[in-house]
Amino acid sequence: MASTKTSAPVAFSDLLSALKGRFGDVVLAHRSDFGDDTVVVQRERWLDILQFLKDAPSLAFNYLVDLTCVDYFGQEPRFEMVVHLLAFESGKRLRVKARIPEEDATIASLAPLWRSANWLEREVYDMFGIRFVGHPDLRRILMYDEFEGYPLRKDYPLKKSQPRVPLLSPEREEEEGI
Amino acid sequence: MGLNIDYEHLNQELKDTLQKARPAPPSGFVMAKLDEAIGWARKYSIFQYPFVTACCGMEFMSVAVSHYDIDRFGAGMPRFTPRQADVLFIVGTINHKQAPILKRVYEQMCEPKWVIAFGACASSGGFYDNYTTVRGADRIIPVDIYIPGCPPRPEAVLDGLIMLQAQIQQEGYMNKRRALRKQGFKELHGQH
Repeated sequence: MASTKTSAPVAFSDLLSALKGRFGDVVLAHRSDFGDDTVVVQRERWLDILQFLKDAPSLAFNYLVDLTCVDYFGQEPRFEMVVHLLAFESGKRLRVKARIPEEDATIASLAPLWRSANWLEREVYDMFGIRFVGHPDLRRILMYDEFEGYPLRKDYPLKKSQPRVPLLSPEREEEEGI
Repeated sequence: MGLNIDYEHLNQELKDTLQKARPAPPSGFVMAKLDEAIGWARKYSIFQYPFVTACCGMEFMSVAVSHYDIDRFGAGMPRFTPRQADVLFIVGTINHKQAPILKRVYEQMCEPKWVIAFGACASSGGFYDNYTTVRGADRIIPVDIYIPGCPPRPEAVLDGLIMLQAQIQQEGYMNKRRALRKQGFKELHGQH
């Protein structure tokens, strides 16, 4: 493992052309607001693209900083995966996004590439109900197993709780409209 | 310390209330004296079980160590098994995932036992009102004393502890607990 910085940071335009050269028109949109480089890519090529970003020597985004999801309720496609990457060698950061439709809320798992994706994807599954194809252990991570629905979806009722033990004074619950 | 509470009055009030609620003791003099002796012994030998789940825990620690010295009130010995504890301190937010655990801890405690809800979240859920939070530990188990604050000042905690001591001193042998339990079961199961 190299310990010195061997390459200058890759320019965003170089990254875009590298992606275009490898995959064709896979980048649906790109932005660079305030120096935050962002690419929106096709969901179907999710795993291939991130594999390329990780393994290509000139890019080498070897660290998965964060993986999360956004529910744009009312828009189509409804969900958006967000991944933040960091290349240790060059210090370059990149944000990769992909939209996911509600009726087929699936995307390829990144757990084979980064082990840190394992629990992050479990959290996204728990909160948003996105199913990760190829994940080794896709279970809820924060909520309990018998919990129904996905609480961070915008159409989950704001105050709906699912108690595991009978609550004392249940009529109080009704009064407060829970 | 800013707290101006008339404990004499408070004690008298609690006494009157309990006297009203309590049936007359069967043989007067002897039974009443035994009650008081037991109450006095119990209120100064509180073994507490801290059920700490959140930031209130820091405030609980500051009360428990030497600066505020909870040992002055005979409550300095935390037990980390409910089977050896008298008072359950619920310190912090209780969520629905934890609710069965809290209930089991409470059920493992031997009688006589008391419960203190420490802070806003344990008392009412605090400002959390969503899919995950139990709106007050008293939804799961009966609570004797509620300490307000987010988190409570150490003085408020000691104040709550003194109130609990007054209650322990004044309550008849097992009477209060029996009544509470009956009420709790009735609410849970409708009969018994």
